[in-house]
Amino acid sequence: MSTSSKIMDADQVRRAVTRIAHEILERNKGVDEVCLVGIRTRGVVLAERLRAAIRQIEGKELLYGILDINFYRDDLNIIKKQPVIHETLIDFDITDKKVVLVDDVLYTGRTIRAALDALVDFGRPSSIQLAVLVDRGHRELPIRADFVGKNIPTSKTQQVKVSLQESDSHEDGVVIEG
Amino acid sequence: MGLLIKNACVVNAAGESRAPVDILVEDGKIKKIAPSISAPGVEVIDAVGFKVLPGFIDLHVHLREPGREDKETIATGSASAAKGGFTAIFAMPNTIPAIDTAQVVQFVLDQAKKVGLVNVYPVGAITKGRAGEQITEMMDLKRAGCLGVSDDGRAVMNAGLMRRALEYASMAGLLVMQHCEDEHLSAKGVMNEGEVSTRLGLRGDPIIAETVIIARDIELARYLKTRVHFMHVSSARSVELIRRAKAEGIQVTAEATPHHFTLTDDAVKSFDTSTKVNPPLRMAADVQAIKDGLKDGTIDCIATDHAPHTLEDKEADFDCAPPGLVGLETAFALGMTELVGNGILTLTGLVDKMSAAPAHLTGLVNKGEIAEGRDADIVIVDPERKWMVTKEDIASKSKNSPFIGRQLRGRVITTICGGKKVYSEK
Amino acid sequence: MMGWKHKHLLDMGSLTKDEIGLVLETAKSFKEVSSREVKKVPALRGKTVALLFAEPSTRTRVSFELAAKRLSADTLTIQSTNSSLTKGETILDTALNIQAMNVDLVVVRHQASGVPQMLAQGTKMAIVNAGDGCRAHPTQALLDMFTIHEKLGSFSNIKVTIVGDILHSRVARSDIQGLVTMGAHVTVCGPSTLIPIGIEAMGAEATCDINKALKDADVVMGLRMQKERQQESFLPSVTEYVREFCITPERLRLAKPKALVMHPGPTNRGVEIAAEVADGPQSVILEQVTNGIAVRMAVLYLLLGRKSK
Repeated sequence: MSTSSKIMDADQVRRAVTRIAHEILERNKGVDEVCLVGIRTRGVVLAERLRAAIRQIEGKELLYGILDINFYRDDLNIIKKQPVIHETLIDFDITDKKVVLVDDVLYTGRTIRAALDALVDFGRPSSIQLAVLVDRGHRELPIRADFVGKNIPTSKTQQVKVSLQESDSHEDGVVIEG
Repeated sequence: MGLLIKNACVVNAAGESRAPVDILVEDGKIKKIAPSISAPGVEVIDAVGFKVLPGFIDLHVHLREPGREDKETIATGSASAAKGGFTAIFAMPNTIPAIDTAQVVQFVLDQAKKVGLVNVYPVGAITKGRAGEQITEMMDLKRAGCLGVSDDGRAVMNAGLMRRALEYASMAGLLVMQHCEDEHLSAKGVMNEGEVSTRLGLRGDPIIAETVIIARDIELARYLKTRVHFMHVSSARSVELIRRAKAEGIQVTAEATPHHFTLTDDAVKSFDTSTKVNPPLRMAADVQAIKDGLKDGTIDCIATDHAPHTLEDKEADFDCAPPGLVGLETAFALGMTELVGNGILTLTGLVDKMSAAPAHLTGLVNKGEIAEGRDADIVIVDPERKWMVTKEDIASKSKNSPFIGRQLRGRVITTICGGKKVYSEK
Repeated sequence: MMGWKHKHLLDMGSLTKDEIGLVLETAKSFKEVSSREVKKVPALRGKTVALLFAEPSTRTRVSFELAAKRLSADTLTIQSTNSSLTKGETILDTALNIQAMNVDLVVVRHQASGVPQMLAQGTKMAIVNAGDGCRAHPTQALLDMFTIHEKLGSFSNIKVTIVGDILHSRVARSDIQGLVTMGAHVTVCGPSTLIPIGIEAMGAEATCDINKALKDADVVMGLRMQKERQQESFLPSVTEYVREFCITPERLRLAKPKALVMHPGPTNRGVEIAAEVADGPQSVILEQVTNGIAVRMAVLYLLLGRKSK
């Protein structure tokens, strides 16, 4: 029997996004040279929300791109089901930009490793920062997040499920299963 | 030295024996057939549960010796024939050198005698070197032992030359066996021209390449009042042309191969080079027409066109691979499976196509029938036995069979040639 | 979307509508990679792709080579028109030797139909057909379809007219199979001697009337006309072919105003296609070349970018 418990509800997700938006502005002393890159699929949704939040706070529009990291995965030889590749859309030069990479869950760190490799192929940013909604621990690589919505201690056997209205047509929330 | 076959259920082209009989063989002849024979000291073969047939005769075999002994020899080809129930085989002259002189005929006969398994009848070439230019010394070929002539692998393209060949062969008493292929029309095609060749992007060899030669030779035979035999007839239209010619009383005869009454050009989709054969495998309607032609007598006999090729040669791409497949060991089973099994022929009908008719066409008066005084060429078969064709089981030196992996019905148990047991199932 | 289940890419006939859709969708992502400053992703790092070309072809070989390299695969080329490779009997042996060097995938071009299938049956490596005899050239068809889809947005209700030597064209066969699967209407046109028997069974309409063929076409594709066809009596002369079938600006006006002009290359300007048409505003011939790399990257990724069995 699997158990399931709700860790974040819609309001908590909304507040977390707003807080991260503020933190990004604070850390970078404004929005100059800051851009957002969302990792498919839910990172894209979160990046769009952060962009909207920053627009509200600062009245400025950030550059923003979409990254598909599947080409850069280190587990293509291991996973059974081949990922379907979607387009990467970064139509601006990231060189000398402060790139904020956005994803939903930070776990082993391998996705972020792939994203870093991908970003480097697009140019040489002045810095890369990482924003995630949930950090569930169990890192396998020396990677940490700069902005975290919520730290959630989990066991490896559990699953963290994030749902966002835009991508999952389901109310916002974070659930732990198992 | 003799043989006694007990409990023989004899099947001749004329009919099946009502009750089992005993057959006594002595000095290569069938000495006596009676309800019960006792002959002390003679080897006894019990044929109970089997059928006893006159040995099969194949008008169309490539033994490859002399010249391509890597593909087949008279010894291995004879062994393959014996295993397939054949006691007489006609060796096509496309050897190196071609069988176009009495000396080469003698060589083949000598080799066959040394091997001593089945009767080998060399077929002489129609033209010297099979080059299609000058007719061979047919009187000499006849004297040396030929019963027929052919340029098999090629048609005699020159109609004027074919006229002379028919006239001259008629004087020599030789059966002219035509390979029906207009080479300008076949134009190096590697499979039947049609939907499948278009789909596969392989060069097509159209049916008209066969029918224009058949139509031409029918006219020649009609005008000259000579015989002509069409080898490996493959298309519905060819069957129709021959049917009409026969109805008009023209002296034409025809053979068809087991692969042409079994397979369609769909088989080529595998790109298995053992499905590359000349004439090519045709379409479903052609396969049906061959069956109809066998049933109504338009096609006189079944011949295998046994054409061994080494693995090296057949491992080439489809364009480069030589055409041909080995057929001696699967012929009877394909006849049983496709013809008897589907109600096209009775077992007596199959015996006619495989024994009586080819003997009759070539004037082998002492063969093709189990009767007292005839040659003791006998095959004992289990017509119901199901077996799987495997590469390992093929006795021929070459294994290029498209039937490998196929389940067939009808198995040769024992082959007796000239009163001698030449094959026996282990 | 459904996954990819094929080990080889041998012809278009074995791909379903969904599978073709997946290749085209994947190719879209790879097209973006080729437009980057760093035109390389590590998806096939550590994989080895051999290009076994028994028939000369610079374009297709280079396109596959770049595709493999942009995916970070190692490549090796065995190209031959004079060594043992030209003899059909050793092609399997050559392939087995390549296999012994732990190559993962072989891209094969051969003048005889069926050779890629033979290698797929006779070796353990993944095989991509880069053109065999007159039979199939699936990546060319896929890049043609990618280009058409990119420009027209759909395959349904579009008329694609292919003009030229249909009989000897593997491109025509693969395009017909792929386009018909996707719901397009395909018309082939050429001299009656160069239209193969039974082509209608593959789903194409055939005509010798160039005007009828071009009428209201959304896509007009020319095929290379080999001069040797004259010696083989398929044509009385190249001049007559040009007179009757060359895609000229006047003839192109019969097609839809914005009809795409395509050609698998290399073009014989002034023979099957007039220079003004090949270089004209409707021509997407060079875009086909660009798209070829993206489509081949997609094919290599789909065949190799996963757990090997």
